[in-house]
Amino acid sequence: MTGTASLAWFAHHEFRLAWRDWLSMLTAGKRRRARVVALAFLAFAVFMHFVAYSVVAQFAEIEVDADRGTLVVITGCALLAWSLMMSQAMESVTRAFYARSDLDLILSSPVIAQRVFAVRIATIAASTMLMAVLIAAPFINVLVWRGGARRLAAYGVVLAVGAIAAAMSVALTVALFRTIGPRRTRLAAQIVAAVIGAIFVIGLQMAAIVSYGTISQIAFLKSETLVAIVPAFESPAWLPARAILGDTQALLAVLAAAFTMLGASIVIFSARFGEHAIAAAGVSEGRTGQRGRYRTFRTASPKQMLRRKEWTLLIRDPWLASQTLMQLLYLLPPALMLWQAFGWGVDDLVLLVPVLVMAAGQPAGGLAWLAISGEDAPDLVHTAPVPAHWIVRAKFEAVAGGVAVIFAHSSSRWRSHRHATPSRRRPALPPRCCPPP
Amino acid sequence: MNQHKPLTALEIRGLQKNFDRPAVDGLDLVVRAGEFYSLLGPNGAGKTTTLRMVAGLLRPDAGTIEIAGIDALADPVSAKQVMAWVSDEPMIYDKLTPFEYLEFVAGLWRIEPSVAEARSSELIGWLGLGPHAHERCEGFSKGMRQKVALAGALVHDPSLIILDEPLTGLDAGSARQVKTVLRKRVAAGGTVIMTTHILEVAERMADRIGVIAGGRLIAEGTLDELRRRAGKGDTSLEDTFLALVAEQAEAA
Repeated sequence: MTGTASLAWFAHHEFRLAWRDWLSMLTAGKRRRARVVALAFLAFAVFMHFVAYSVVAQFAEIEVDADRGTLVVITGCALLAWSLMMSQAMESVTRAFYARSDLDLILSSPVIAQRVFAVRIATIAASTMLMAVLIAAPFINVLVWRGGARRLAAYGVVLAVGAIAAAMSVALTVALFRTIGPRRTRLAAQIVAAVIGAIFVIGLQMAAIVSYGTISQIAFLKSETLVAIVPAFESPAWLPARAILGDTQALLAVLAAAFTMLGASIVIFSARFGEHAIAAAGVSEGRTGQRGRYRTFRTASPKQMLRRKEWTLLIRDPWLASQTLMQLLYLLPPALMLWQAFGWGVDDLVLLVPVLVMAAGQPAGGLAWLAISGEDAPDLVHTAPVPAHWIVRAKFEAVAGGVAVIFAHSSSRWRSHRHATPSRRRPALPPRCCPPP
Repeated sequence: MNQHKPLTALEIRGLQKNFDRPAVDGLDLVVRAGEFYSLLGPNGAGKTTTLRMVAGLLRPDAGTIEIAGIDALADPVSAKQVMAWVSDEPMIYDKLTPFEYLEFVAGLWRIEPSVAEARSSELIGWLGLGPHAHERCEGFSKGMRQKVALAGALVHDPSLIILDEPLTGLDAGSARQVKTVLRKRVAAGGTVIMTTHILEVAERMADRIGVIAGGRLIAEGTLDELRRRAGKGDTSLEDTFLALVAEQAEAA
C-alpha cells in the first residue's frame, strides 16, 4: 500500500462519500437548500430538547446505586436502542454488499482490498453510532443539565451499543450469505432487519398488554414479576445501565467489550467482504431466470394499463415484502389490545373496524410512497400520449385498489367466519341492579 | 402509421433552453418525413436537450416545435401519439418481461391488443430477444435492455422515432440488429432522428446530417454537402465534423 492509500486516506474517502450522500439526500442536490435544512435541523433539535425534558428530566437524580427495578428499565431502553440500531446497521451492510458502485475500481486497484473493506465496515459502524448519538443527544443533554456531568457517560454507552449493533449486523449478514446464499440473502436480510427493529418493541408491548392491559413498555419493565426473574444485582448484565448512571468503571468495561467486538468483527469479516460483495453484485447483474406467465395481450385503456403495471411491479418487489411485514408486525400490539379490551364484550365489528383501518392505512402509506415517488421508466410514461395528471391519478388508483382488496378480503373472511360459527359473545351478565343469588 | 403524411416530420423554430448557461440557443431545424436524420455535435452541444424538448420531456424557454404538423407545445398528447423516444440509458421495468413491457407500451398508445401482440412478436424476433421474451428484464445486459426499449418505441408504429445515442455500449451484433430495424423503419416511410458519436454510423445510415455546437445548428446537409461546406473535399465525416466544429469555435 502506498502512502496515499493508507487506512486514514481511505477513511477520509469513505466519510467524504457518506457525507455527500447524506447532504444530497437532505438537500436534493440543491446547495441553496443547505441553509434551510440546517435551520430546520436546529429547530428540530430545540424541539427535541423540550420533548426530552418532559420525558427524562424526572430521572436525572437517579444515583449510581439504583435498585434492580430501575436497572431493568434502563437496560430495557438500551436494548430497545440496540434493536433499532441493529436494524439500521443491517440495512447499511446489505446495501454495501449489493451496491456495485466502486467495487470494480477497488478490486482492480493495487491496494489490499481487505483494508478497504475494513474501513468500509468501520464507516458503517460510525454512521450507525452517529445516527444513534444524534437521536439520543437531546435526552442525554437534558440528563447532563439536570443531573450533572457524570451523565455524559450515556454518550459512551450509546457509542458502545452502536458498535455492538454494527458488529453483530455484519456477522449476521455474512452468516446469512454463507447459509442461504447471496440471492436469498438480499430479501432475507431486509426481513430480518425489519423483524429485529420491531420485535423488541412489539414483544414488550404485547407482554405489557397481556400482563397489565396497557401498551406501555415501561409499565411492564417496572413490574415486580419481571424484576423477580432478572439476573442478580451484581450481574454484568447491568453494566450498561450502571454506565449510563455514571459508573466510570462500568462505562470502561462496556466500551472495551463493544469495541473489542467491533474490532474482531472487522478483522474476521473484512477478509471475505469483497468476496461476498462480488457474489452479491453477480446476483444483481446476473440473469434471475424468473419467467413471466405467457398470456395474450388484453384490451385495456391507458389508465387501466398504468394501474395494472403498478400492481405487477408492487407484487414483484421483494423489498416491499419486508416493509409490509414490518408494518403489519407493528399492528400486532394494538390489535391485541383491542382484542383484550373488546374482543369478548361487544360485537366483532368493534374489534374488526379499527384493526382493518390500521391494516389498510399502514400499507397504503407505504405503497403510495413507493408508487408515487418511484417510476422506473419516467421517459416512457412522460412521452406517452396521455395527459400528465393521468399518470399520478392511475398510481393513486392502483394503491387505493390494493387497499380495497385488503378490506374486501378481510371483510369477506369475517363475514364467512361469522356465519359459520356461533356468536363468541360472553353469556349476558345479570343486570347490575340485581345481584346474583 | 398515419394515413395523412405531412412533408415535414419535425420543424423547430427559435428553440431556446437555458440552464446555468444557454443549452439550446435559438435553434432552427427541419427534418423531412421519411428521412434518416443524424444529429451530431460535441459533448454539451445541446443535442440531447433539443431532443428531450421535442419528446415533451423538457419545456422550452422559447420557440416552437411542430411534429407532423402538430404543435407539440400546444397539443402535446396528439404530438406524442405519432412519436417515440429512446434514450441512451434504457429505462425499462426490471420486474416486467419484454412481452409485458410491450403490452404496457401498446396500452399507453391505445394499440389494438391483437395488432400489438403480432407486432411485438415480430419485433422480438427481429431484435433477437426471442429466447428471453418471457424473462424479467432485471438480469438483462445493457444491449438487451436497449433492444427492449427500441421494441417499445416501435410497437406503436410511430411516424417519427427519436433516438439519443442508441448504439452506445452495444456489441457489434446488437448494433447491427438495431441498425437493420431502423433501416427497415425508414424504408417503410418512417422518420428517424438519431444522435450519435459514432460518426461512421451517421456516415453510412443518414440521409442528412445536422451539426450542432453551442446550442445552434452550424451546418446541415448530406455528407457531400457538409464536405463542401467544410472545404474538405473527399474526406471522412470525422474530418469534416471536426473542421466544422473547429470553425464554429473560432468564430465564437
